[in-house]
Amino acid sequence: MPEPNPPIALLAELTHRCPLMCPYCSNPLELVQKQQELTTDTWTRVFREAADIGVLQLHLSGGEPASRRDIVELTAAAHAAGLYTNLITSGIGLTQARLAALVNAGLDHVQLSLQGARPEMADRIGGYKGGYDRKMRVAELVTDAGLPLTLNAVMHRQNLADLGQTLDLALSMGARRIEVACVQFHGWATRNRASLLPTESQVEQLKKDIAIARDTYRNRMAIDFVPPDYYSDFPKACMGGWGSTGLVVSPAGQVMPCHAADSIPGLAFESVADRHLGEIWRSSHAFNAYRGTDWLPQPCQSCERRDVDFGGCRCQAAALAADPGATDPVCRKSPYRPKVDAMIEDMTSRASASDLTYRKFG
Amino acid sequence: MTPYLLSGVRLHFDKVRNTNVLLAPERALMLDGVSYEILRRVDGIQSVVEIVEDLARAFDAPAEVIRGDVDAFLNDLKTQLLVGDRDA
Repeated sequence: MPEPNPPIALLAELTHRCPLMCPYCSNPLELVQKQQELTTDTWTRVFREAADIGVLQLHLSGGEPASRRDIVELTAAAHAAGLYTNLITSGIGLTQARLAALVNAGLDHVQLSLQGARPEMADRIGGYKGGYDRKMRVAELVTDAGLPLTLNAVMHRQNLADLGQTLDLALSMGARRIEVACVQFHGWATRNRASLLPTESQVEQLKKDIAIARDTYRNRMAIDFVPPDYYSDFPKACMGGWGSTGLVVSPAGQVMPCHAADSIPGLAFESVADRHLGEIWRSSHAFNAYRGTDWLPQPCQSCERRDVDFGGCRCQAAALAADPGATDPVCRKSPYRPKVDAMIEDMTSRASASDLTYRKFG
Repeated sequence: MTPYLLSGVRLHFDKVRNTNVLLAPERALMLDGVSYEILRRVDGIQSVVEIVEDLARAFDAPAEVIRGDVDAFLNDLKTQLLVGDRDA
């Protein structure tokens, strides 16, 4: 196995605790309890190790990272390690004083989640009353503090009609960027496919609307778009290729190639408690299992897109084809594609689509 | 035009890859020598004209040629919302 390139990004899932209960949360169904969370000192060491092996961007995420009492200390540690530090937050738990302390600690960027463009939608999806109003206030605090703001808007069958309103709201909140991400079916979202999977006509409309919006908002707000992969002809290159650009550390210290990788049976993850992050990146079983292209099955191996999408998403292959080493089942060339189409048909034709299973500790 | 780096956009020396990088929200642009020499002069005080003159002196090259490169580079960063213009 050749030496892998240095990783660029680290997603630090500081905690699984979160005041919100979004039914599409990408956290695993089995959430890590507070007692199992890494200590401040261990995270500080992990940030230093990450910088030493070439990580440039650190995403402090969760759960809600502000649920950690030491979030300011952790931000300062990340900054001291030389990392570009991004806080991915629901905004709940961020007061003016706490935000000022984060700015002082060297925070570079805030990504604020948006559960809906209207209070009733946002609070219903987030399962948190008053969440929308708090978010609006936090956006103001972030821009007043001079930090760049990105909004993360997860789109699904129930809120796709609000796309225009969502973009207008983002601009009025002072966002420089918005990520319009169609719900990805990992973690809790898999429990809510029948309620959240967009219909084919919604997706067609969405693609047109995004193209127009990019023009409308040019030079004012950047729009990043994550299309829903079930409707794609070819799979997305998961993480730009397994173990090629980034790593994820879970609240308890497991190091994973992507945030949903623990849904893949048969992978052994190592812990930052036992080994240096760099050794885990280079030589752990989980990172080498699907690295590169030698492991790829047919039809990927002889496909002209082999080095474009690297066989797609391993979690999706595990979930839909019950084989993490298979071609991503959304690919038109996959033998499982007819099953995906049948599943879409089944999921989008159910009448009682508004029921939601909310994320919560078991 | 008097260019400046937008908030949350900064230069960083990457000691692992031995190169200069422009860090920004969700972005890490690896910089070649020319891009770095332009960006390290982008401070919100010097105008593009002054930056070009300074580069022409430093590299003993014709200002007209440099002007074209600098304009193209900074305009591209402007559309990517990484650079702003104090005069705008």
